Amino acid sequence: MAKIRGAILVDVEACKGCGVCIPACPQDVLDLAKEVNGKGYNYSYMKNPEACIGCANCAIVCPDGVISVYKVKVA
Amino acid sequence: MAEITIQDIIKKENLVYTKSKVMTDATLSYCPGCGHGTAHRLIAEVIEEMDIQSQTVGVCPVGCSVLMYNFLDLDMQQAAHGRAPAVATAIKRLMPEKFVFTYQGDGDLAAIGTAETIHACNRGENIVIIFVNNGIYGMTGGQMAPTTLKGMPSSTCPYGRDIEMMGNPLKMTELVAQLAGTYYVTRQSVHSPRNVRRAKKAIRLAFENQKLKRGVSFVEIVSNCNSGWKLPPVKANEWMEENMFPFYPLGDIKVDGEIVSK
Amino acid sequence: MEKELRLMKGNEAIAEAAIRSGADAYFGYPITPQSEVIEYLMAEKPHERTGMVVLQAESEVAAINMVYGAAGCGRMAMTSSSSPGVSLKQEGISYIAGAELPCLIVNVVRAGPGLGTIQPAQSDYFQSTKGGGHGDYRLIVLAPASVQEMYDFVELGFELAFKYRNPVMIQSDGIIGQMMEKVVIGPQKQRRTPEEIIKQCPWATVGKPTTRERNIITSLDLVAAKQEEFNLKLIKKYKEVKENEVRYELINTEDADYILVAYGSSARLSMKAMDLLRAKGIKVGILRLITLYPYPTKIIGELTKKVKGFLAVEMSAGQMVEDLQLAVQFKKPVAHFGRLGGVIPAPEEIVEALEQKIIGG
Repeated sequence: MAKIRGAILVDVEACKGCGVCIPACPQDVLDLAKEVNGKGYNYSYMKNPEACIGCANCAIVCPDGVISVYKVKVA
Repeated sequence: MAEITIQDIIKKENLVYTKSKVMTDATLSYCPGCGHGTAHRLIAEVIEEMDIQSQTVGVCPVGCSVLMYNFLDLDMQQAAHGRAPAVATAIKRLMPEKFVFTYQGDGDLAAIGTAETIHACNRGENIVIIFVNNGIYGMTGGQMAPTTLKGMPSSTCPYGRDIEMMGNPLKMTELVAQLAGTYYVTRQSVHSPRNVRRAKKAIRLAFENQKLKRGVSFVEIVSNCNSGWKLPPVKANEWMEENMFPFYPLGDIKVDGEIVSK
Repeated sequence: MEKELRLMKGNEAIAEAAIRSGADAYFGYPITPQSEVIEYLMAEKPHERTGMVVLQAESEVAAINMVYGAAGCGRMAMTSSSSPGVSLKQEGISYIAGAELPCLIVNVVRAGPGLGTIQPAQSDYFQSTKGGGHGDYRLIVLAPASVQEMYDFVELGFELAFKYRNPVMIQSDGIIGQMMEKVVIGPQKQRRTPEEIIKQCPWATVGKPTTRERNIITSLDLVAAKQEEFNLKLIKKYKEVKENEVRYELINTEDADYILVAYGSSARLSMKAMDLLRAKGIKVGILRLITLYPYPTKIIGELTKKVKGFLAVEMSAGQMVEDLQLAVQFKKPVAHFGRLGGVIPAPEEIVEALEQKIIGG
């Protein structure tokens, strides 16, 4: 059965750490990093990357458009 | 089943979503979690998908989104406070073949620019008006807006909006729906994936309507103001659902020139 | 050959000149004594004659912001009003100056302050020449003294507006606006094509092609040092305007001992006063201002060396006289005469004022 695997790429320096992406994710993939970026924000990252299905929910609610979404079908 | 790594997935050919090319690379000047950024991006996506970047002129307001022209890769004019519908009227009348939109906050559109808004809507100018309503003056530091809810605190009503003293919150969108010159009037939000998708459809329809020359398409976006509301972003969105949406219900109000909701 | 002679009101001449000069748009709101401008335009159907857009706005505020929008697209846009309405337009005028947009604003002045009266006055000189709205900016101000000049200054005004990317004002008054005179009408000029507009105004917001960066019309700069840089650029532009665009008319100044300094209707009244004074053997000449800004400081400096005194004649409590004082630099006597509130001075009163305030004083 074909399975969908997704992943996101966060523009870490542009992320403001608002966290709006976290509840938008149906798979509970995201969290804010303990580390901060150059502006001092705890940026968004995949704490649970295996679960990502590439639905792009996080990206479309991101006010700063810092998330790019990738998706593949794996056999 | 072969193991697949993140690097295998993050490849150009697997890209399914990224920021629209109609957005510039400038960092948005908005507070973390502010809905303005999402609203900007939806406009950019619609313009990109309709392939009308070279035919579009935007008008930005005075308020938090005054610098919108730094974020959208479009020809834009920055209007005096509240005057965007008058500015857009002239742009569209002189270049009827172009797509013209205004982007205005609640203070700009529903207080200081009430006359320009009502009359542009009533004349039925063939423009799109995007109205971002977060119930507060964000840029000047959280003062009361025409749309501030009853009892809602702001820096100029620190004990909550007192209706007897300060008057009622204004439902501008319901008001413009009553005017013969509006063709499509809707209220949306951009705080959740489902609402973002609906809002984008509404913005797309608004821009498509402009080709029909049947009048104003008016899209309200009920949004948050984390700084003004003094709430963290996710909590602000929850507060918005609980408090803003009952008074400013989401959905279409007028479609194809017909009122569909009261 | 295509020239024709017509009997017209000053306000009608403005409107006809707008169509004939190839203007793209007029936005206005009715107010006495200038409503004939938009009435004439609407009756003439310029949308059929040239494709010009004419729209009655919901207010003077909306009208000037429509001018902003049109001018931002590189279009030849204008508005007209009278004093209280022009006060309402000041915010928009400041933005237009701040965004460096070309446009034409006509003020058919009536007496103030407040609602004042609908009769003619020249009491908006300060507002026209010293800024009017907020911030450091200037308008180029033309003062017609005849219906012919009402007609001619429309095209001249647009020319200067586009040359300097600056708003231009025609400051007229209720007399010039309402009176009828012969006017030589010029041929119809073609409106510029969209391609010509882009060539002339590469800054215009007409939709961003892939071949250039986006165009932005704004008057905002949040960085103080950059805003100052912009202010200095404006000052440089105004200096250029002062050097190149001073316009005036000298009448019988060669042998004059006294100069009446006036513009618009006051200059017409001063002509009769000059005749009366010369009949008495008093050698009087007239300096008629055509541009109120830039002010003809240099020629006044030259006249100061030759004459015994100046009388500023203006239908105000004494506004233009302040610039005259500055130009004369207290080297010769300067006085002011004017009637107020919409009262038109009689030439005999001007004679008396010169005799009492300057010759006798």
